[in-house]
Amino acid sequence: MSKITIPIGPQHPALKEPASFKITLNGEEIYSMDMRLGYNHRGIEKACEERSYIQGLYLIERICGICSHSHSTAYIQALEELAGLQVPKRGLYIRTLIAELERIHSHLLWLGVAAHEVGFDTLLMYTWRDRELVMDHLAEIGGNRVNYAVNTFGGVRRDLTPDEIAHILKDVDTLEERTKYYAQVATEESTLIARLSKVGVMSKTEAETLGAVGPTARACGVDRDVRRDDPYAAYGDVQFKVCVDDHCDVYGRVLVRVGELFESYNIIRQLLKNLPEGPIAVKSPRRIAAGEVFSRYEAPRGEDCHYVKSNGTDKPERVKIRAPTLANWRAVRKMIEGNYLADAPIIIAAIDPCFSCTDRAIELVRPAGGEVLTWDQLRRHGIEWHRQQGLDFAALNKKLNSHMGRVK
Amino acid sequence: MTAEETVVKELVEKFPFFAEKIRTQRARRLWADVPAEQFEAVAHHLFEKMGFTMLCSITGLDEGATFGLLYHFGQPSGMMIGLKISIPREKPEWKTFISMFPGSELYEREIADLYGVRFEGLPAGLRYPLPDDWPDNEFPLRKDWKPKHAVATAAPAAEVKS
Repeated sequence: MSKITIPIGPQHPALKEPASFKITLNGEEIYSMDMRLGYNHRGIEKACEERSYIQGLYLIERICGICSHSHSTAYIQALEELAGLQVPKRGLYIRTLIAELERIHSHLLWLGVAAHEVGFDTLLMYTWRDRELVMDHLAEIGGNRVNYAVNTFGGVRRDLTPDEIAHILKDVDTLEERTKYYAQVATEESTLIARLSKVGVMSKTEAETLGAVGPTARACGVDRDVRRDDPYAAYGDVQFKVCVDDHCDVYGRVLVRVGELFESYNIIRQLLKNLPEGPIAVKSPRRIAAGEVFSRYEAPRGEDCHYVKSNGTDKPERVKIRAPTLANWRAVRKMIEGNYLADAPIIIAAIDPCFSCTDRAIELVRPAGGEVLTWDQLRRHGIEWHRQQGLDFAALNKKLNSHMGRVK
Repeated sequence: MTAEETVVKELVEKFPFFAEKIRTQRARRLWADVPAEQFEAVAHHLFEKMGFTMLCSITGLDEGATFGLLYHFGQPSGMMIGLKISIPREKPEWKTFISMFPGSELYEREIADLYGVRFEGLPAGLRYPLPDDWPDNEFPLRKDWKPKHAVATAAPAAEVKS
C-alpha cells in the first residue's frame, strides 16, 4: 500500500494550540510523524534581557495560560538564589500552596480534555465543573483565574486569612470525594480502559533516553519528581508519594495524574495545618551581582527549568526557559508511531501540551429578562428536560445496576 | 564526604584538567567549564559511568568573542552539573549529541535558529522556533541583534519601583 502524508494543523479543530503535524500513514497506521512547532514563539527570553527583573516576572508569568505559577516560581527562585534572599517560611508555604492548587486545576483540566478526545464527554463536564472550585480559590487569593501573580521577588504578594484557609480545606475534602469517583471510573470503566490501554506505548528506556518528563515519564516507570529529588519552596517540609506507574501507555498517564491529585490534596492539608506565622516577603534589591543559577520546578506537565545569569545591573544577562512540553515532544514522535490515525489526538493530548486558558467568567452578566440558576436548579432543570424527552435517569440507573449485577 | 564531593573527586581523578575548576554552588549544583575537545569524553563518562542520564537543557550564551553552550546534566537523585564549552563567534560550529541524547534535537535546533550555531551531524529537518520566512543570517538572541522595526517596549527602568 502506498504511503500518504496528511497535514494536521497549525490550526485544526482537534488541536487546542497551534502546531503543525505531518503524519505519514500506511493505511490507517501511522508510519512516521514530523512536526513544526514555534507558532507561539514570542521572543520572551530576548524581551527579558531588556527589562528589569521585576518586569521580567510579569512577562514570564504569561508564558503559559495554565501553569503560570510554575514559570514565575522557577524564575523567581532563581533570582532569590542569585540575590541571596531568604524568603520567609510563610511565603514559601503560600507559594507551595498555589503550586499545588495549580496542579489540581491543571490535572482536572487534562482529565477532561483526555476524556473528550476519546469521546467520554460526561467526564469532561464533571472534571471541568469540579475544577471551578480550585479556580475560585486561585481567583480569591490572587485576584485572577490564570495569572494569579502571587509571586514577587522576595516572597509572595498575598497572605491567607483564616476564612480562606477554612474554605480551601473544605473544598479540598469535596474534591477528594470527587476524585475518588474519577479513580473508580479510571479503574473500573471497561470502555475507558480498553480505549486507552496499549495506545501511545513508550518503554521506560525510551522515556529516559528521549528526555520525557513529568507524568508522561512517570507513567513509564521513571521514578522522578523534582519536588522530591531537588526540593524547593516548602516541599522539604511535607510528606508525599511520587506516583509512578508501569503501564507505559495513555492509560498509565491517566492513573498517574489521578494519583497525583490525591497527593496534592494531601500536601495542601499539611501546608495549611503547619502554616507558619510571620511575614510573607522580604525586601528585594533592584540590582543583582553577577552570577548564574539553574532553577528547577515540578510543573503539572513535568520538570520546568529556568537558567538566569545576572551581570550586576537591574536587568538579566540571559534568561533561558526549558518548559516541560518542549522536553516531551521528542517522546510524542516515538509514542505515535505504529498507532492508528484515530489515536493521534489522544496520544498528543496525553503529554498535556500547554495551551491557553484565558476565559474569565466569575461574574455572570445577567442579560435583560434572563434568569440566573443555582447549581441545584440547573441540575433539576436538566433532569426534568431529559424526562420530558423520554429519558428517565432513575430508571436507566436501575436497569444498568441490575445489568451489572449490582443490587441497589 | 558529601554527594557533591564524591562527584567532584571522581571527575578530577578521571579528568585531571578539572582540578580546582569545578565550582560547588550549593547542594546538588555543580558548574564547570570544559575544553571543547574534551566535552564528548566528559559527557560520555557522566552518562555511562556516573548516572547523569538526564540532559535538562542546553543554554546558548553570547559572550562576545565566543558563544557559550551550557549543558545541564542531571542524575535522577537531583544532582545537577552545568558544563560549559565555548566556541568561536566567527566559526560557530559544534557537534550534535542526538546519538547520546535523542531528546537534545529540539534544543539544538533552537540554538541553531536563535544563535546561528551549526550542529554537525544534526539531520535536516523542520526548523524551530523561528518562522519559515525568517531572513537568513538574523539570529535574535545574539547581543548585537536588534529588531529592525523596534516597537515601543516597557517603561524605562528608572520608572520602575522595586
